[in-house]
Amino acid sequence: MLRLLYFARVREAIGRDGEEIERPAMAETIADLVDLLAARGGGYAEALADRSRLRAALDQRFVPLDAPLADARELALFPPVTGG
Amino acid sequence: MIRAAITSAAPDIAAELARLEALGGGGIASFTGIVRGEDGLAALELEAWPAMAERALGEIAGEAAARWPLLGVTLLHRHGVLEVGERIVFVGTAAAHRAPALEACAFLIDWAKTKAPFWKREHRDDGSRRWIEARHADDAAAARWG
Repeated sequence: MLRLLYFARVREAIGRDGEEIERPAMAETIADLVDLLAARGGGYAEALADRSRLRAALDQRFVPLDAPLADARELALFPPVTGG
Repeated sequence: MIRAAITSAAPDIAAELARLEALGGGGIASFTGIVRGEDGLAALELEAWPAMAERALGEIAGEAAARWPLLGVTLLHRHGVLEVGERIVFVGTAAAHRAPALEACAFLIDWAKTKAPFWKREHRDDGSRRWIEARHADDAAAARWG
């Protein structure tokens, strides 16, 4: 199982703050999984359309979208941070 | 002494500075980020990923302590809905001399803006809400520290 977390604009477009999914066998990298999620259409497609404005963290570590999912347990997807 | 936290209440700046002044150094520097009053802005919402934010702030503070000879580092970031004029973030540093205190203070706010999981959303007077876009200038400011 893989726990997904969504924040800010991504959370709002998808309409939930997270979910548990079976890890798709085809998804080697975060980008692969994002493609599969976006293919669900609706809010997922909207939230994940612009990859230049999408960031990710695997097990609470910021990583690029081409990072392998490996054996991570948690993947967070969100827009670039704007705190401070 | 590292103090990094995500808070819902406003930082007590006098108390935070007093804590740093008590560490025996010769220089204290601080930065306070405030909700800027702009036309039509009713409030500013700070969404956080609390578990990771606390860790990220701690790591940023630890990085500052590794790069400069600091006696104390304080990095406090709020979340929730804040009104114009409220404090969003407080950075404080204590060192033997002014240079490391001032430089580390600038480093801390630059990194906090780009490496901690917080997202700002404007609440407008007309009831609408708008996510703030990340600024290239902030990325550039963070990048200059390597």
